[in-house]
Amino acid sequence: MNFHSSFRYRKFVDRGMAAVCAIFFALAFVPLTSVLWLVISKGGAGLSWDFFTQLPKPVGEAGGGIGNALVGTLYMVGLACVLGLPLGVGAGIYLAEKGDGTLGNTVRFVAEVLSGVPSIVIGIVAYALVVIPMGHFSALAGGVALAILMIPTVAITTEELVRLVPGALREASLALGVPNWKTSLRVVIRTAMSGIVTACLLAVARAAGETAPLIFTALNNQYWNVDPRAPTASLTVAIYNYAISPYDDWHAKAWTASLVLLIVVGLLNIASRVLTRNRLKGAR
Amino acid sequence: MTSAPAAHAMTQEKPVASVPGQHPAANPPPATSSDTPPKVEVQDLNVYFRRNHAIRHVSLKVQPRTVMAVIGPSGCGKSTFVRALNRMHDLVPGARVEGKVYVDGKDLYSKTVDPVLLRRRVGMVFQRPNPFPTMSIYENVAAGLTLNGIGGNHDEIVEHCLRQAALWDEVKDRLKHAGTSLSGGQQQRLCIARALAVEPEVLLCDEPASALDPIATAKIEELIHELKEKYTIIIVTHSMQQAARVSDNTAFFYLGELIEIGPTAQIFTNPRERRTEDYVTGKFG
Repeated sequence: MNFHSSFRYRKFVDRGMAAVCAIFFALAFVPLTSVLWLVISKGGAGLSWDFFTQLPKPVGEAGGGIGNALVGTLYMVGLACVLGLPLGVGAGIYLAEKGDGTLGNTVRFVAEVLSGVPSIVIGIVAYALVVIPMGHFSALAGGVALAILMIPTVAITTEELVRLVPGALREASLALGVPNWKTSLRVVIRTAMSGIVTACLLAVARAAGETAPLIFTALNNQYWNVDPRAPTASLTVAIYNYAISPYDDWHAKAWTASLVLLIVVGLLNIASRVLTRNRLKGAR
Repeated sequence: MTSAPAAHAMTQEKPVASVPGQHPAANPPPATSSDTPPKVEVQDLNVYFRRNHAIRHVSLKVQPRTVMAVIGPSGCGKSTFVRALNRMHDLVPGARVEGKVYVDGKDLYSKTVDPVLLRRRVGMVFQRPNPFPTMSIYENVAAGLTLNGIGGNHDEIVEHCLRQAALWDEVKDRLKHAGTSLSGGQQQRLCIARALAVEPEVLLCDEPASALDPIATAKIEELIHELKEKYTIIIVTHSMQQAARVSDNTAFFYLGELIEIGPTAQIFTNPRERRTEDYVTGKFG
């Protein structure tokens, strides 16, 4: 094969592979956009200010919203963050910095197993841990369930991100006479921080979309509630209830509530990008 | 060591120097030039990584305000040796250091020495430039001060150190830019400025120019030449030309042993040891 024919051959293969990639991209893109399109087209019509601010109305009555469910979701996700993120991030940092012994290996193994446990199992655990001792469903139980769900994934990603920080940075800091703990905190973890924030927000977004752990922990509530001891509505459970009902106007509400949930999760993703942008000029 | 060494040379024929447990004072290496007390004195230093005996019975002295180059083929323990001088091995699991390292007559490895405080006196510049990516140019230079809670006029110190590192004119208009936005050679000078900010007395340079192009290398070498006025510098280098250009004394390491140490000119023109001669003339390494 002379130079030109081999060159043409390589060019041909290159184009061919690029086309294959484009086809696969399109195949992956179609279902994604169709989900978005379906939710927007079916749910967009019901979107109004009232939908965000009003309590649900009984079947057949026009209007009403899912304000309490939106607040309930944000409230329980907030509780889960307070309970789960410090534990998850702390465990991840421990695993990365000191986790080479038996204890570290055990914690890592448990976290890996837990991250694969189906969310409904987590719901049952939270039911046994919180709901049974309290005697009734509660926002707290929902928050605990979501926290248990978040901890292992946050811990595992945090560990990976902290381990990704080059050892050279740690050495540079130590060589300046900075104590070990301060080096970990102010150089190593600070370098990994933008990644850790992203990991946390993704875990939050995932928790906000969970239904199974909430059904038998927070249950539902027709009214406004910010009492951690009382049952609480959530977007996901509201969607579930509306969707399995036999009424057409409730089906429409299920679509609109789904759209609201998508917006919440989307906003969290955008927030993670904004928060983790490097503030320094010329940063790569 | 039968024949008396020349006045300028600190030769150690290995069998004598390597007798373990021998009192160092019984066989002191002759001083390089004068009677001034050495800034750094190493006596019978051994470094082990688990079972691997990486540095074997090294003893040497470095006079204040001189540059000592450490040369030798890859894997001969050059880096391991300089890292023992500011206790960087403390953090490596399985690493063990035996022997004595004196800075200003004080043993670094005695139990009363805090390795953290020690490292402020013995600074280090690494092979690859490693500015802190979350910090600006200014913050990188001031890092040793802010992280250690050292007060003072940081603006002044930052400018002074950047000037010392011959970087000020290039970065004075963009001190708030990321340290990683600089070129490789500039980043390395930034790291030197960062090391100078905590006012060390000894500066260890572990192949500081090996990742740089010839122009950046020349700048670093010039810089080392200037820093000699204030600091005692120990520089590990792969390049024998570099050793010849920047150093007063040169130590040749081979397989973890100090084969020969002496004035740089003598090491390169008239080495005492066959292995040194083979290495500097390019027969191996």
